[in-house]
Amino acid sequence: MLHIENLHASIGGTPILRGLDLHINPGEVHAIMGPNGSGKSTLASILSGRSGYEVTGTVTYQGIDLLALEPEERAAAGVFLAFQYPVELPGVGNLYFLRTALNSIRTSRGLDVIDVRTFLEMADAAMQSVEMDQSLRSRSVNEGFSGGEKKRNEVLQMAILQPTLAILDETDSGLDIDALRIVAGGVNALRSPERSMLVITHYQRLLDYIVPDQVHVLAGGRIIRSGGKELASELEANGYSETVGEYATATGATRATGGST
Amino acid sequence: MTHMIVEQDNGQTSTGRISAEVRELAERPYQHGFVSDIDTDVIPKGLSEDVVRLISSKKNEPAWLLEWRLKAYRHWLTMEEPDWQNARYAPIDFQDIAYYAAPKPKPKLASMDEVDPELRAMFDKLGISLAEQERLSNVAVDAIVDSVSVATTYKTKLAEVGVIFCSFSEAVAEHPELVRANLGSVVPPRDNYFAALNSAVFSDGSFCYIPKGVRCPMELSTYFRINSAQTGQFERTLIVAEEGSYVSYLEGCTAPMRDENQLHAAVVELVAQQDAQIKYATVQNWYPGDAQGKGGIYNFVTKRGTCAGDRSKISWTQVETGSAITWKYPSVILKGDDSVGEFYSVALTAGYQQADTGSKMIHIGKGTTSTIVSKGISAGHGQNTYRGQVKVLRSAEGARNFTQCDSLLLGGDCGAHTFPYIEVKNPTAQVEHEASTSKIGEDQMFYCRQRGISAEDATSMIVNGFCREVFKELPMEFAVEAQRLLSVSLEGSVG
Repeated sequence: MLHIENLHASIGGTPILRGLDLHINPGEVHAIMGPNGSGKSTLASILSGRSGYEVTGTVTYQGIDLLALEPEERAAAGVFLAFQYPVELPGVGNLYFLRTALNSIRTSRGLDVIDVRTFLEMADAAMQSVEMDQSLRSRSVNEGFSGGEKKRNEVLQMAILQPTLAILDETDSGLDIDALRIVAGGVNALRSPERSMLVITHYQRLLDYIVPDQVHVLAGGRIIRSGGKELASELEANGYSETVGEYATATGATRATGGST
Repeated sequence: MTHMIVEQDNGQTSTGRISAEVRELAERPYQHGFVSDIDTDVIPKGLSEDVVRLISSKKNEPAWLLEWRLKAYRHWLTMEEPDWQNARYAPIDFQDIAYYAAPKPKPKLASMDEVDPELRAMFDKLGISLAEQERLSNVAVDAIVDSVSVATTYKTKLAEVGVIFCSFSEAVAEHPELVRANLGSVVPPRDNYFAALNSAVFSDGSFCYIPKGVRCPMELSTYFRINSAQTGQFERTLIVAEEGSYVSYLEGCTAPMRDENQLHAAVVELVAQQDAQIKYATVQNWYPGDAQGKGGIYNFVTKRGTCAGDRSKISWTQVETGSAITWKYPSVILKGDDSVGEFYSVALTAGYQQADTGSKMIHIGKGTTSTIVSKGISAGHGQNTYRGQVKVLRSAEGARNFTQCDSLLLGGDCGAHTFPYIEVKNPTAQVEHEASTSKIGEDQMFYCRQRGISAEDATSMIVNGFCREVFKELPMEFAVEAQRLLSVSLEGSVG
């Protein structure tokens, strides 16, 4: 489904990804872990089409060259990024935005648009599954949302847009344990044989709830170790520096809390 | 919520709708740019006392009105064209303009069926089917082409509750005492250069009178259309709301595409007596000129209301997407105690459009409050200026004003400017001014596009969101039109 080969990316001449390879089959959930500054969020940005990077290498998704597509074309092809920092759109109604997104994607796939009534039924069901307050229906997109509400809103969008490749960029950051459980529950409900997921996280905590098929350790812009879900526990127990050794040192990464690149 | 309801009404995705329209309009940038072949009575170009007399005689006006015009004209001759506005244009040759043009034969209409079929076709083309309006909607329309009012709908129904809604000429003939008592009471002929010019040569307009205690049962609406070439349009609107009455009034404007600039210098006067409320909304889409800035309407308009009585309220809402140059400051004089003035504005300048617009709130009565919300959007080479004045006189104990002035820039060749003037003479007054300037963030664009929304639709969505506070003040059908206009006017601004 997704094949990344020898992916290099830099910003203004500073290399961030240095020859990354990754293969995800349909239905699989892969976790990418790594210290701060290892290039995790850059990978998410490049897969979803954010501009500003110099990129070489190949990314093939369902047989198409993903890097040649505009962001909205990637969305239409089924790529969804759950943002680490969801963006506020003042004055744009939350469900209005979501319905516009859904119908844009459907239109570009040659499908009929969804009428308001059907859409609201879909949205109501999805909102209940992530325990979202009804008041968030008509509020502006992410404006004045708490950290937890923003992340639930991302999962709501994912549930409605039904992507085939979902990339979750540090979806656990800023969540308390209850919110984490709800968000993870929403994500797990979307696991299916047709849908692949790439879960990017700094901590093993999220992977207790969203159990991955494979775990990869990203350091110094490359995947330096891959394994089953037990690799996450090993990282948690021993820390990145012991697990990834000289790579972490080489990139100047530390185990400091928070954020990402 | 406006967005949601609008959506439900047409049951179609806005994205699909906007893109289709944008595509269609890409081939025809200004959709109202046609010229209708209507037999027109135009007087020769040029301005003199004789021209003023000719206009007055064509309209069979009483002597007092001719005298009023002549006084205004003589005063205008002593005035100089203002140059303080933040707009650049070649000097206007006032002798190169025709001051009166009327479709002929000027019909004396008993019903819609008697309207010239060509005129009806023109209004159908504009999406304002007069017959349909009368039959289906609850909006009374006064249609003004060039210098004269050609049709007013719903008159009988309005007359039942005592509301007078007719052309200005008709009001002069049939209700001279009402016109005489109020004409020039808010905007005196000497007020400013263009108001003086209008007072001398105005040819028609709308008149509206709401008697004491009456809530006008429908929206009143005027559609202005400039059709003839090299003609100025100088209309006057006068609305009088007696004690405890209410009226909501809408105006829409379009013009053909022409290479030369055309002058539109209107005057609007509103009078609200005790406990009366007037809501006045404008969607202005005069021809803005072509992509190189050639042609377009000069929209130099004086709009002002007086809250004459206690607890009266005047609310201006405007969406300005057209005109080469817009120069107007809908204002409220807050005389009555506890009276309220509001101004909500969206002004878009794209191409080479220039807008110098804002509001004046003059607080005289005790406990008067005013709100100004101005949203300026600049794209292309557009220049958008907010100019506002908040004046609190010594008598205005406890007066309050809140002003919010937001600018949004699209691209690097446009500009946004803000000139707020605040003058407070009473120490108990509270005046707040907030201003912001922003660009559509790359993060916002990327977020929308990652969700599958094209760059063009995302821009339109973000801009409409930016204007939401103002759009929600518009009556529903105008809110839809305003959103559509904005999307269309922004076409090609994403780059």
